[in-house]
Formats: sequence, C-alpha cells, structure tokens
Amino acid sequence: MNDIPEKPTLDDAPPSHAIRIGDIPRGETRRDLSQEEIALQVRGLRLYYGEKEALKGIDMDIPRTRVTAFIGPSGCGKSTLLRCFNRMNDLVDGVRIEGQILLDGQDIYAPELDVAELRRRVGMVFQKPNPFPKSIYENVAYGLRIQGINDRRILDEVVEKSLRRAALWDEVKDRLQDNALGLSGGQQQRLVIARAVAVEPEVLLLDEPASALDPISTLKIEELIYELKSNYTIVIVTHNMQQAARVSDYTAFMYLGELIEFDDTDTLFTNPAKKQTEDYITGRYG
Amino acid sequence: MDIDKERLTHHISRQFNVELEDLRNRVLTMGGLVEDQIARAVRALVEGDVELAEQVITNDYQVNALEVAIDEECTHILARRQPAASDLRLIVAVIKTITDLERMGDEAERIARMAIHLAALDRPRSQYLEIQNLGDHVRELTHAALDAFARMDAEAAAQVAQRDTKVDLEYEGIIRQSVTHMMEDPRAIARTLDVMWSARALERIGDHARNICEYVIYLVKGKDVRHTSLEQMEKAARGE
Repeated sequence: MNDIPEKPTLDDAPPSHAIRIGDIPRGETRRDLSQEEIALQVRGLRLYYGEKEALKGIDMDIPRTRVTAFIGPSGCGKSTLLRCFNRMNDLVDGVRIEGQILLDGQDIYAPELDVAELRRRVGMVFQKPNPFPKSIYENVAYGLRIQGINDRRILDEVVEKSLRRAALWDEVKDRLQDNALGLSGGQQQRLVIARAVAVEPEVLLLDEPASALDPISTLKIEELIYELKSNYTIVIVTHNMQQAARVSDYTAFMYLGELIEFDDTDTLFTNPAKKQTEDYITGRYG
Repeated sequence: MDIDKERLTHHISRQFNVELEDLRNRVLTMGGLVEDQIARAVRALVEGDVELAEQVITNDYQVNALEVAIDEECTHILARRQPAASDLRLIVAVIKTITDLERMGDEAERIARMAIHLAALDRPRSQYLEIQNLGDHVRELTHAALDAFARMDAEAAAQVAQRDTKVDLEYEGIIRQSVTHMMEDPRAIARTLDVMWSARALERIGDHARNICEYVIYLVKGKDVRHTSLEQMEKAARGE
C-alpha cells in the first residue's frame, strides 16, 4: 500500500482552471477610443433655440475614418448636434451656440472661417433623398461646377469615381443623362451620397439616411457606409438601433440634450454602463 | 450596468416581458428536474434500487426535451426581438446554461446505469457512504447555482463556484481510496470501477454547476469570467 504514488492534491498544483489565466484574449474585437485619431472635437457645446437649451454642454471626440452613430429618442438633440458639425444650424432663426467644435484642431465657428469651404469638407446627406432636378451626371458634377471646374475630362473622371464609391455606377452608367428624379428612392439616396463624396469631403454626416428606404435599399446604404469609412469620417443619426449596431464603430446615446454614454458599439450594445442607455436600447421604461 | 430580477419585466412591450419571464421559468423548471434526477440517481445507487434507477434513465428524455424547447424559444426571441444589453446577455446565458443542465442530466443517467450494475454486486462495507456524501454536496451546489440564477445574484454565484473546489477535493479522495481498495482486493475491482465512474460523473456535475455560476456573473455584470481564477471571478461579481 505504501508504494502507491501519492496523487498531487489541489494544494500542490494550481487548479486546472487557473493554469491559463491571462492566455485567453477577451474583448479583442472592441475598439478603444483613446487609440483613435480624432477628427472632430466637441468642447462644452451648448445650443439654444431661443430660450430653449437643446444641447446642454456636450463634450466628445469623433474618431477619424470610423463610423460614429448617434442614437436617442426624438428631441434628444442628436440631429441638432449633427447639424452643428457643418453649421447647418446657422440657417435657423434664433439659434445661439456656445462652446467649440474643432475640425482637425480648427474652430469651425471662428469668424474668419469660410462656411462654404467647411460644408465642402463636411458633407451631409438627409433623410429624404434630395437630388436636384437635373441629370444624374450633373447632380454628381454639381459640387465641382460651383468650384469652377468645368473640364470635361476631370468631371467625367470624378463622376465615375463618385458613382462607383456610392455603389451606383453599374446601375446608372448607361443613362447618366437621364433625370435623377427618375431613379428609385434607394438609388436617389446613393446618388446624393455620390454627390456628397464628389467634392472629397473629410467628414460625411448622415441624418437618418435609410429611414425612408425599403430593407434592401437600406442594406445597400449600410454596405456603402462600411465601404466609405476607409476614406471618410462618418457620423450617422438613426432611430433604428439595429442599424446603429450594424454599421457603427462607436455609438453615442443622447437624452434630453445631454450625451449620456459614448462607447465602442460592442460595449454599448452588450453591456452599457448607464441605466438610461440600458433602458433605451432594451425598450424598458425607467 | 447590472441587471436584477425586477428589471427583467420592465419592457414597454408586455409581450416581451411575458416571453422573458416564461423563458426564465422554464430554465428553472429544467434545473429543478435535473436536481431531482441527480438526487434520485444517487439514491438508487446507494440503496441499490434498480427500479428507481430505471426511472431516472427513462426520465432523461424530459430533460432533453426541455433543452430543445428552450433553445427554440431563445432562437425565436433572437429572431423577433433582436435583444440588446442585459436582454441579450440573458438569452446567451440561458442558451449556455441549458447545455450544461442537459449534460448534468446525462451524468445523472450515467450514475443510474452504474446503480443498476452495482445492485447486482455485493455491497461494500462503506454502504457507498462516500458517493452519498459527494452526491449531497453536488446536489446542493447545483441547487445553489440555480438559486443564484433565479435571483440573478452574481456574488452568490461566485461563492457557489468556490465550493466546487471542495467537490473536486472530495472526488480526489474517493479516487485515492478506490485505488487502495482495488489493490487490497482484486475481486472488488469491478465494483470499485463503477464507484469511480459514478464519482467522476458527480464531479463533472459540480463542474457544470460552476459553469452555470459563470454565466450568472456574465448575465448580471456583463463580464466573461470563464477560465479565470476564483479571485478574478469574485472581483467581477463584486463589480470591480
């Protein structure tokens, strides 16, 4: 009996489950905002519509060549914030803005800033496709024409490149001179995106770009967003949370004019830190 | 953020509340059934009750059927509701929990089969007391794991997981003792092997209970604590 080899007990050896501690990578697919290059910096941004404070001091960094989604209930200020990025709110009466937005370190509300140039650098696409009542070709070439570029060769090249980027080229290449209003809603929206990218913006703002489209056109737009993010910084406002989860790298949840939570999309949709975020994305009441 | 049981049913969609509550109840039903199967299998072995053992073997299909039904329910919820955050974690935790419960059911069935073998052999002096003890501890562990799941209590889950270490030690003890028995009395080898297999099955059940505790911590805290140390698990359960 004495020659039975003593089995190692749990006291001698580390328990089997402890041996590989630290070997298993966790959260590897998560993005880390602190590792990103920042395109837009928002600092203490407050916006008033007359007396009403619509944005109550927003601070956030929008990372370059990533997709950032803004979600939140109606009236939370997400579209208002988006419109601040290319000063679309300037056009609204009674708007007052405090704080700063820096694009590549430059204050976009500085008095000497050329707003037309800003809007070239920061393109925008709206909920309803809004092509001009012109040919497909002229819609895309429009931005260059107002910059005074009329060289046919350059225009041809840019129109083709932009339509390809917007994944519309194959569908329209044989009817570039047709009126753009004859396209389907989904095609019109991609045309508008082609028009926006033709002037080589740095940032693309998308305000509910797919909410008026059928599911297939929606998927095409989402696919396009994925393709475009290697070249552009994209900010998208959407009511469709699944869409935000599908297309974005980072998601910001806004509520009553405040930024409640801003994190990488995987974390925000699996383990949000704030109760308000959890309630909103899971469809709970408080 | 942490989730607790009350908040499970705070959805705007009442139908969704009903679905999640129903899902949770079915997991607990399945858990209760598995607990019962373990207890009866151990009793059949210790008392040499062949009829009871046969019942355990036939009843395993109920555990399997519940696994299939709950899996299907989870698939439906994923397809129709696209759950997020704690709801998503609940579905993932349920899918994993029922896999472990089903395996626990299989182990109970295995013990019942050993019970039938052993009933035909001479009973040892110990009257299978060691299996009785290990079985009791494993059943308590299973019960506590399911209780932590029911109450969505991460800290309780971490404590239960810790108790599994004791079960492992107890199992080691039985194996050492069995080796001694076989060397002392080669005629007892057949019986001792069955005892060893039964102890092994019980030890595996303890491991599955520990897994369930890990899913509870994932569900409540959103932290994946699989293959980490007990200290790390406790930290996660406390939300550190």
